[in-house]
Amino acid sequence: MLKRVHFPTSLLPYLLVAPQVIITLVFFVWPASQAVYQSFLIEDAFGISTEFVWFENFAYLASDEQYLGSFGRTIFFSVCVAVLSMSAALVLAGFADRIVRGATTYRTLLIWPYAVAPVLAGALWVFMFNPTLGIFPYILEFVGIDWNHYLNGSHAMMLVIFAAAWKQIAYNFLFYLAAMQSIPRSLIEAAAIDGAGPVRRFWDHIFPLVSPTTFFLLVINAVYAFFDTFGIIHAVTQGGPANATTILVYKVYNDGFVGLDLGGSAAQSVILMILVIAMTVVQFRYVERKVEY
Amino acid sequence: MIENRPILNMISHAVLILGVVIVALPIWITFVAATHDPVRMTQAPIPMLPGGYFWENFTQTLFGGGLSGTESAPVWRMLLNSMMMALMISFGKIAISLLSAFAIVYFKFPFRMGFFWLIFITLMLPVEVRILPTFQVIADLGMLNSYWGLSIPLIASATATFMFRQVFLTIPDEMLESARIDGAGPLRFFWDILIPLSRTNIAALFVILFIYGWNQYLWPLLITTETDMTTIVMSIKQMLEAAEQSPQWNIIMMTALLAMIPPVFVVVAMQRLFVQGLTETDK
Amino acid sequence: MTLSKVLFAGTAALAVCATAAAAQTEISWWHAMGGTNGERVNKIAADFNASQDEYVVVPTYKGNYTETMTAAVAAFRANEQPHLVQVFEVGTATMMAAKGAIYPIEQMMADAGEPFDGSAYLPAVVSYYQTPDGQLLSMPFNSSTPVLWYNADALKAAGASVPETWDEVKTTAQALVDNGMECGFSFGWQSWVMIENFSAWHDLALGTQENGFTGFDTEFTFNNEKVAARLQEIADMQEDKLFVYGGRRGDSLPMFTNGECGMWMNSSAYYGSMVAQAEFEFGQAMLPLDTSVASAPQNSIIGGATLWALQGHESDEYKGLAKFMTYLSSADVQAWWHQETGYVPITTAAAELSAQQGFYETNPGTDTAIKQLSLNTPTANSRGLRFGNFVQIRDVINEEMEALWAGNITAAEALDNAAERGNALLRKFERTAK
Repeated sequence: MLKRVHFPTSLLPYLLVAPQVIITLVFFVWPASQAVYQSFLIEDAFGISTEFVWFENFAYLASDEQYLGSFGRTIFFSVCVAVLSMSAALVLAGFADRIVRGATTYRTLLIWPYAVAPVLAGALWVFMFNPTLGIFPYILEFVGIDWNHYLNGSHAMMLVIFAAAWKQIAYNFLFYLAAMQSIPRSLIEAAAIDGAGPVRRFWDHIFPLVSPTTFFLLVINAVYAFFDTFGIIHAVTQGGPANATTILVYKVYNDGFVGLDLGGSAAQSVILMILVIAMTVVQFRYVERKVEY
Repeated sequence: MIENRPILNMISHAVLILGVVIVALPIWITFVAATHDPVRMTQAPIPMLPGGYFWENFTQTLFGGGLSGTESAPVWRMLLNSMMMALMISFGKIAISLLSAFAIVYFKFPFRMGFFWLIFITLMLPVEVRILPTFQVIADLGMLNSYWGLSIPLIASATATFMFRQVFLTIPDEMLESARIDGAGPLRFFWDILIPLSRTNIAALFVILFIYGWNQYLWPLLITTETDMTTIVMSIKQMLEAAEQSPQWNIIMMTALLAMIPPVFVVVAMQRLFVQGLTETDK
Repeated sequence: MTLSKVLFAGTAALAVCATAAAAQTEISWWHAMGGTNGERVNKIAADFNASQDEYVVVPTYKGNYTETMTAAVAAFRANEQPHLVQVFEVGTATMMAAKGAIYPIEQMMADAGEPFDGSAYLPAVVSYYQTPDGQLLSMPFNSSTPVLWYNADALKAAGASVPETWDEVKTTAQALVDNGMECGFSFGWQSWVMIENFSAWHDLALGTQENGFTGFDTEFTFNNEKVAARLQEIADMQEDKLFVYGGRRGDSLPMFTNGECGMWMNSSAYYGSMVAQAEFEFGQAMLPLDTSVASAPQNSIIGGATLWALQGHESDEYKGLAKFMTYLSSADVQAWWHQETGYVPITTAAAELSAQQGFYETNPGTDTAIKQLSLNTPTANSRGLRFGNFVQIRDVINEEMEALWAGNITAAEALDNAAERGNALLRKFERTAK
């Protein structure tokens, strides 16, 4: 936590933390506490009539099947995105690691989707999968699949998973490649001399050695899928059809921003905040142990 | 290379090329769509090869009427706004995070842990879920339609502080001891030792934050009411949602291409530092 | 705003603008018109600004309908609201209930001493936005109504005629599919077209209290046998591809313009897109009649958006706003807007002017929307609807209808679910609207 060797107490550390603390208080803690207060209210959009209702908004959520259902969907979505993008990245990194020449070129070619805005990524995928115009439904028709993500909830879910995973492959690939390249060559050579083939070496030696990276990426990808995919869902399916792709963050946005149900949306924000803080503490503990040890 | 297996090498290249194709396909389609006329893009199946309208779309987008619906805020102006916003978020966040991480790691002072947790609860929670109260704060402070309003609320997050803290913790204590023997004060130590040592991390963070800032959509839409504050990503969304008309894909995709250039350039140009900076802290 | 201006108005161009604008009273207008319609909005504002030198109308694009409305709400809460904001028709109840926030148009015009003649407006267009005693609350701007779009070439090839009843829709769809088309018909904006307009067209009530016009304690009644029977038959038609669902809003437009579906029910305002994209002869006809429900059609209801004035500005500024409203509803502007966009004109004079100019002769079918809207004097069931939280309720209806098309539930179940969930949202709204 703190360096054993440190500077003596003075005014300086307060000045150093001041900018961040002030910004956090004004632009995070204050609005967040407003959200907590709002979660106890039922009010009209313009804030003209307000009624204090204690936990009624929360009780409503607890009895709302749509809301409870979105928990399961969020987890399913997050796991799929993480597994899909990480395994694709792992395979690509595994092959790129083998290659002496050209690895950097491949890296350059694989890295750029990271820079694409989620809204835009969503728009691109919708465009490619448009049931009438898109190139993929056109191809899928030849294998007898009638693609229609407007009607079919599974299609819609697959589409948002693809779009979300696609954006994250680049990031995962970078980490895996760097992790693999830092494995001492001598270790792999020793395994090769023992007669282990490339596939065996990958599974028995490389994969276990990059497991800290895997764990780290799992956390990052889960967080990404939980919170940062809002733009993708918004652009691709808007939560439909029949709520098939409504995940938690999207529901907060949709109820508050679109439906103008500020109390209900704030209550969902509060639940999310509690969730986030819990996750942060867990993640923090883990990283902390790793560093001190 | 451990052993020479030509077939496996070929397979490796084949898999990687396939990967590149899959990853790059949406971008290719963006490019293709930007080279056709609007009507062609509404006819199934959409083309896979570029058409002959690249320059027409390009000039229309960049110089005339392409970004219709805005009071013709020119594209350069939107690019400038996006650039300002992305840079202010990147530099602002890096600056405040370096300072606070330094204080938390290298000083012992009352309420240190209190400040620490105060900063860390902000980790990860996206702006979208607290957007309306945040808007009110910005409005009360008179920061609507300003670069400050665009950037500062997005700086209020702990990820960068968290990362610098990890970096500082891995720096050997001997560094500080020898610096003190040389008579260096805290600020001197910070500037001459810590900053150079975290160079790659700063670079990596810069890449992440630049892209984060550049790609913001909902926040700028809410707090800008003057057209000369429009950002480029906003304008794409606007063109996508023309009421009761089908979108003009050629112009949208051309704008998308233009909007992609700066962040892609940043990522590609800084990829080596980006990877180093991120992976070293994790180790 | 002023602080930031001082800080950041770095360029000379901005400084020049600021001084030029200072002499005139500025009126802010937030709108949701992207694309080419956005350019037309700018032209209207620019023309008004050029027509006099006291006021400057400044239009600002604020995202799609929901984003624009939320931006206005957020701005109002922060006391930064615009003078005028464009709100879609389903937001009407929310706006209307916010008495301290809105400035009813008719009252604003009266307070500003600007003449206003309510009888000049098309009843079917303005009735949606009037109080029960006929006061106009907001100014209709872009209004449309659903019509039946058909692919004339495909109908001809299949030897079918343009359907006037739902039975004929089925036979025509069958003929189209038999002739090799991938789908008979589709529609978009399903709640608006298939529930709200179907009910109005057949003079059925959507909810109690005159569709919510006379009280917030309204409850949905659209879950009746007549609507259910119609939807169930459509769902059953999916089996032979007579009907194919293609998504919410206008997502199914490419199915029609690419010749997959021979008929499409959606807003008349897609006229511009049709002209640009359809490579076949197309036409628009009135919505089909369900002969088992009614013997003759009533009238259809409108969709689109209106302009709401917001409270909290100087009276001098409202004077300018009132003048702008007069300009906006003048026959010339309305006729131009109508002919350019396909939205219906809001005044009788503008419709007559368009006829005089020969617009309907050179563009056959473009008067279908007006004819359909003014077919009869609107009844309590057909003048519109006023339900709170209707943005969310439409989502609920979308969800349930999608479950129906996917074959998970029957039409009666879908409508019952939608009504039940919708009623819960209505009760929630009732508590906030006093």
